[in-house]
Amino acid sequence: MKSSSNNQIRYLKRNYQGYLLMIPYLAVFIIFTVYPVITSVVLSFTTYNVFQSPIFIGFDNYVQLFFTDSIFPTAMQNTFLIAIVVGPLSYFLSLFLAWMVNEFENPWRTLLTVIFYAPTLSNSVFTIWMIVFDGDIYGFLNSFLLKLGFIEDPIQWRTNPQYMMMVVIVVQLWVSLGTSFLTLRAGFNTVDRQYYEAAAIDGIKNRFQELWFITLPMMAPHLMLSAVLAITNTFTSANVATVMTGFPSVNYATHTIMHHLQDYGTIRYERGYASAIATVLFLFSLLFNKFAQKLISRIGK
Amino acid sequence: MQKTKTLKALRRVKKSRKLNRSRAGNILMFLFLIGFAVYSALPLVLIVLQSIKPINELFVYPPKFYVINPTLNNFKQLSSLMSTTWIPFSRYVFNSLFISVIGTVGHIVVASMCAFPLAKLNLKGGNFIFQVIVLSLMFAPSVSDIVNYQTMSNLGLLDTYLAILVPALGSSLGLYIMKQFMSQIPDSLIESASIDGASTFRIFWKIIMPNVKPAWLTLAIFSFQNLWNNANTTYIYSEPLKSLPYALNQIVSGGIIRAGAGAAVSVILLIVPMALFILTQSRIIETMSTSGMKE
Repeated sequence: MKSSSNNQIRYLKRNYQGYLLMIPYLAVFIIFTVYPVITSVVLSFTTYNVFQSPIFIGFDNYVQLFFTDSIFPTAMQNTFLIAIVVGPLSYFLSLFLAWMVNEFENPWRTLLTVIFYAPTLSNSVFTIWMIVFDGDIYGFLNSFLLKLGFIEDPIQWRTNPQYMMMVVIVVQLWVSLGTSFLTLRAGFNTVDRQYYEAAAIDGIKNRFQELWFITLPMMAPHLMLSAVLAITNTFTSANVATVMTGFPSVNYATHTIMHHLQDYGTIRYERGYASAIATVLFLFSLLFNKFAQKLISRIGK
Repeated sequence: MQKTKTLKALRRVKKSRKLNRSRAGNILMFLFLIGFAVYSALPLVLIVLQSIKPINELFVYPPKFYVINPTLNNFKQLSSLMSTTWIPFSRYVFNSLFISVIGTVGHIVVASMCAFPLAKLNLKGGNFIFQVIVLSLMFAPSVSDIVNYQTMSNLGLLDTYLAILVPALGSSLGLYIMKQFMSQIPDSLIESASIDGASTFRIFWKIIMPNVKPAWLTLAIFSFQNLWNNANTTYIYSEPLKSLPYALNQIVSGGIIRAGAGAAVSVILLIVPMALFILTQSRIIETMSTSGMKE
C-alpha cells in the first residue's frame, strides 16, 4: 500500500509539469463546455424559470416534448430535412470539389480553394442572399424570372411556406460548403501520387476506381472529421433560417429544433424544458455521427 | 541494360496514367467545377458591387448586377451614419480587432500548452481527456449559452471583453487540430532533449512550439474568424464594448436607405479574414492534412 502511494508521488514528481500545462485550457473547457452539458441534462428533469429554484419533475419534459408539444414534430421534421439534404449534399459536393481542385496546379488551386472557402469566412455576407430572394419585383431572382417569362407575378420566396425551406437550404449549403471542403482538400493532400502510379500498373482503370479503392480509404480519418463538423453544423444552425425567413417563421415552415430551444430558453424562460430540448438535440447529433462513422468505415471494401 | 528496363517501366507508368485521365472526363469535371465556383463566388461579387453602387443604382428597376458609376460614398458614409449614437464607428472596428487578436493569440498559447502533454507525454488520464474533447466536437457551443450566461454572471465576466475572450480560449476544434499536428512530431526530438536534462516546460517552449508553426496559423484563422464574426450581444450590453457585426445589424436595421452602407460593412467584415486566409492557406492545408479522426 505504502509503496503504491510512493509510486504515485514519484509519478507526479516526474510528470507534474505536463499536468500544469494542461490546467489553463482544461479549466476553461470544463467551466464553459463540460459544466453546461451536465447542468443541461440535470435541469432537463426539472421545471425552472430562472427566478425560482428548479423543481424535480422526472421525465415530464420529455413526455411533453414528444407527445403533447404540437410544434416540436415540425421542428424535428425541419431539422432532419435540413440535415439530410444539406449534410450529405454539402459533404459529397465538397468531396468532389476538393478532389477536382487537387488535380489543378497552382495558382489555380489556390484561387479555387479561396473561392470555395470564402463564404465560410464571414457569417454576415450571406445576408446578400436576401436581396436575391426578395419577394417584390426588385428581388434579383424575381426580376430575372420575370424577364425570361417563367413567372408572371413575383414570388414571395421568403414568406411563402412553399418556398421558404428551399431558400434556407440553398443559402445553408452556400455557407457550409467551406469547412468540409477545406478538411477534405487537406485529406487529398496526404495521398502520395506514387500510389496512383502503382495502382495504374495494378490495373485500376479509371479515376473513379482510383478514388474508391485508393484515395478514399487512405483519407478515411479526414472523411470522419469532416462528417463530424458537417453534422454538428447542420444540426445547430438557426442563424441562416432566422435571417432569411424570420423567427418565428410563417407557419413554422423553417422552425428547427434550435429555434425551439431559443424560443423556450431565451424568450419564455422555461429553462427546464429548454434543457430537455438541448439534450435531445445533442443525442440526435451523436446518433447521426455514429451512423456516419459506420458508413465511412465501409469505404473501399 | 538495367537503365533501359527502368526507362521502359517509367514509360509504361506514364502511358497508363494517361489512360486514367480521359479527355471527356476532364471536360465534364471542369464544367462541374466552374458551375459551383460561380455559385460560391457570385454572391460575394454581388456584395462588393452593391457596396460601390450609388444610391440611385441600388434601387433601379429592373435590378442590375453590374455598376455603372462606381462610388466610395457608402464607405465614406459609415462614420457619419453612426454619429447619432455617441460611439464613433472606429470604436466598433477597434473592439472587433482587439477581441479577435487577443483571443486568437491566447487560444493558440493555451491550446498548444494542453495539446503537448496529450500528444506526446502519455500521461495517465490523457486519453480520457482527449476522448471527451473529441466528443465535444459533436456539440454546438450555442446550446450552452443559457448556462454560460449564469456562470459568467457568477464569475463577474458579464459585460466585459473577458466574456468573449475566456470561452474562446477553450475551443475544442483548435485543441483537436493542434494535438493531431503535434502527434506527428518525431519522439526522438523530445527524447534527445530530455536526455540533455531539459524540463517539460523547456521542451514545450523551445522544441515543440517552433515546430508547429503551420498549426499556429490554422488555429489563428479558425479562431480569428470565429471572434471577428462574433456579434456578442448575449453577454455584452454596454455600447462602447460592442463589435462590428453588431454595428452592421444596427446600420441595416435603419431600413432600405441603408442598403449601400450595409453592403459596405459586409465587405469590410469579409475582407479582413479573407486576406488572412489567402496569406496562410497553404500552411492551413498542411496542418489539416494531419487532422484526420481515427475512431
